[in-house]
Amino acid sequence: MTNALEIEGLTKTYGDGFQALKGIDLHVREGDFFALLGPNGAGKSTTLGIVCSLVNKTAGKVRVFGHDIDTNLADAKLNLGVVPQEFNFNQFEKVFDIVTTQAGYYGIPLSRASVSAEKYLKKLGLWDKRNTPARMLSGGMKRRLMIARALVHEPKLLILDEPTAGVDIELRRSMWTFLEEMNREGTTIILTTHYLEEAEALCRNIAIIDHGKILKHTSKRELLQQLSVETFVLDTEKELSGVPELEDVTCRINDESALEVDVEKGQALNTVFAQLDQLGIKVVSMRTKANRLEELFIRMVEENAVEARKNVEGAA
Amino acid sequence: MKLDALWVAFYTIVLREVRRFTRIWPQTLLPPAVTMTLYFIIFGNLIGSRIGEMGGFNYMQFIVPGLIMMAVITNSYANVVSSFFSMKFQRSIEELLVSPVPNWVILAGYVTGGMARGLGIGVIVTALSLAFTQLSIHSFPMVVVTVFLTSALFALGGFINAMLATKFDDISIVPTFVLTPLTYLGGVFYSIDMLPGFWQGVSMANPILYMVNGFRFGILGVSDVNPFVSLGMILFFIVVLAFVALRMLERGKGIRH
Repeated sequence: MTNALEIEGLTKTYGDGFQALKGIDLHVREGDFFALLGPNGAGKSTTLGIVCSLVNKTAGKVRVFGHDIDTNLADAKLNLGVVPQEFNFNQFEKVFDIVTTQAGYYGIPLSRASVSAEKYLKKLGLWDKRNTPARMLSGGMKRRLMIARALVHEPKLLILDEPTAGVDIELRRSMWTFLEEMNREGTTIILTTHYLEEAEALCRNIAIIDHGKILKHTSKRELLQQLSVETFVLDTEKELSGVPELEDVTCRINDESALEVDVEKGQALNTVFAQLDQLGIKVVSMRTKANRLEELFIRMVEENAVEARKNVEGAA
Repeated sequence: MKLDALWVAFYTIVLREVRRFTRIWPQTLLPPAVTMTLYFIIFGNLIGSRIGEMGGFNYMQFIVPGLIMMAVITNSYANVVSSFFSMKFQRSIEELLVSPVPNWVILAGYVTGGMARGLGIGVIVTALSLAFTQLSIHSFPMVVVTVFLTSALFALGGFINAMLATKFDDISIVPTFVLTPLTYLGGVFYSIDMLPGFWQGVSMANPILYMVNGFRFGILGVSDVNPFVSLGMILFFIVVLAFVALRMLERGKGIRH
């Protein structure tokens, strides 16, 4: 299968000497739903900015569906749709004009652009607002407008930088559904997000970046398998009088009718339930305590920070 | 991109520009019409009647070509500098940067948009001048070529100014402190024959003098300078400024990190 995006040895040093990217390698398969995760200032937006031609790279190679951005930039761009983190449309223009104008930049005449604009504005629930100046839209609508604008030329690769930042839960879920549908229809999607729950729910492959370096680049499944202990919250039918004594399992009371249980990797949950059953404790519902990906993410970023500190101290 | 796609992209940029300046017509089309009408009334009718003839024409007839050119120059420049800088400021320039439009099409689109406003104002001012005086055209091709090239040149100047500007103050410095004095001293209101020898020499270093006189030659058939020298200079500056603007776009000066 072809790669939708290939990045080799990408570096970026800004004018003030700050090295945002330190030679990263990354590949995203065609049809993938990929997350690029990292704390603030890790290099996510710089990486995507270079892919989208908004940032000049210092060194390295970037190919979009095999088109090198150094030698075949126009073809690379034709395959790419971009939804940036910040609103970047003319606030005084009407919704429909913003979308059709973007299509025009890709050489799509107004007759065809109007059809495509209608399709995506309807899908994203903005058709009724087509004649409204963009500044009159709510924050969520502005985000959806940027998605419609990015899709109007039917790109094969859609890049979204923090697409659901500041969006309410209901709208976030509807955007997830929309993106999943786009991905099922064949669009490769790369997103950056601070909501790790979002990456866990949507993405198949993940890269974690910090201080301009890729810490992990693997499948979500493989990443989650690295968790050695997972904590479950068990809601009990009756209030608990004390912490039940369970063999080979650590547990504590979360509140009066909820028990937190640490289950090691490979350990069967059945043994926990069997022991609780023997003690007469009836479990009515169960959920994972923390977002699993979030735990891993925090651990990796913390380990990287410790290593960076050691290197600095060693050098001193 | 194929040729038909390039044409669509170019047309899209021009259309967006025209839509912008017609949407805000009270800020873009109305003020020059009002200002030029005041010039016609005060300098042409009230003061001009006491000045007498200049270059064989009454004063009103003499200043009309210069005033038309002044309106074309300032509006061609102002349209591009304010539009492109606003796009930088609002970051909507990114819509163009992520698209496959080549730099020369972006430049051509903005310059044409600036020319559309400059020439549109030129037509409005010409129509207004007809209420005050009669105009006969000495050389129609000279009028058209001079006004088109001058408009293109100042639209290019506006583009470079917008690329270099980092704040709103930066887009008003050149029009206020460079363009306006050069236009006023460029023979709009007088013939340089009236100046002492030294100041005539100084005036010859003012590029706007050549444009005003080239246009005046096209309308009245009189000029302080050789009209073909005027055309040559305008063309030369167009080539230089277009080269500079394209280099800036290539490097992403002020628009890419």
